[in-house]
Amino acid sequence: MKHISTQLNKAFDHRIRLGLMSVLMVNDWVDFNTLKELLDATDGNLASHIKALEAENYIEVKKQFIGRRPNTSYAATELGKKAFNDHLDALEQLLKQRD
Amino acid sequence: MAASKQQHIDTLQEIRSLMERSSRFISLSGLSGIFAGIWALAGATAAYFYLDIMPFDQNTFYYSIIDQGRHRGINILQFFVIDALIVLVGALGSGVYFSTRRAKRRGQKIWDPVTRRLLVELAIPLFAGGLFCLTLLYHDALVFVAPATLVFYGLALVNASKYTLPDIRLLGISEIVLGLIAMLRIGNGLECWAAGFGLLHIIYGAMMYYKYERNVTRS
Repeated sequence: MKHISTQLNKAFDHRIRLGLMSVLMVNDWVDFNTLKELLDATDGNLASHIKALEAENYIEVKKQFIGRRPNTSYAATELGKKAFNDHLDALEQLLKQRD
Repeated sequence: MAASKQQHIDTLQEIRSLMERSSRFISLSGLSGIFAGIWALAGATAAYFYLDIMPFDQNTFYYSIIDQGRHRGINILQFFVIDALIVLVGALGSGVYFSTRRAKRRGQKIWDPVTRRLLVELAIPLFAGGLFCLTLLYHDALVFVAPATLVFYGLALVNASKYTLPDIRLLGISEIVLGLIAMLRIGNGLECWAAGFGLLHIIYGAMMYYKYERNVTRS
């Protein structure tokens, strides 16, 4: 899957998804609650956007137990990082064009 | 078209802010540095008064007095340990206070995974340094304690700077350089210690306060 650099990626066409990727670009594994706090999102809202990005193979999921409590963390895949960088390049290009 | 351009700018700004907030402890307040510096200078002043010497006095080295074991009826080692502990608790207390206050004002949480990571990275060189200094005391090599605290503290700051404001890295390097200078100028250990933990903290704290907080705090 190759994106032309001036084309915005539809998968990132939402504030929460952009936020998710931003956080995962600079952190290894981030758990659900931390993401929720950072992005100021509700459980259901965040979960649905995570699903969408997971479906694109842009993020991967790790489920584990901390004590007896389940803990789910997320990381950006190489594909996701590349797609997000292309998206940022495209945003930059759009800004330049309209100067 | 202008509105859409503004939208893109806003998007990019939000991405940048999220990357920063999620990976760095940005609530660190410059006031913490200033007050840590004041505590350190007070501690150093107490040491000078207790030992009855003046800064840069080349006739009496502070460690030659320490070698006497007791001074003014107090065990000298005990005096230094208590003096250092008061400085440490005071500096940590004001650090936590001002950073928590800043985080609250900006509506951010103080205790999150980034804070924990920062503290762990800070703690590793600090614990090593603490134990190292204890072995120096064990070997009666008291003169090296002041330079060693500077070097290890500097290394801890450089190590932790990845997770907080970038200015901390430069502060760390300055502390390391000062510690190495103190190793060459053994007689001025106390002066170097006061400069590193006192003056440098105040200078960097003021710089950071000026750079990041001046406008925000007033609102």
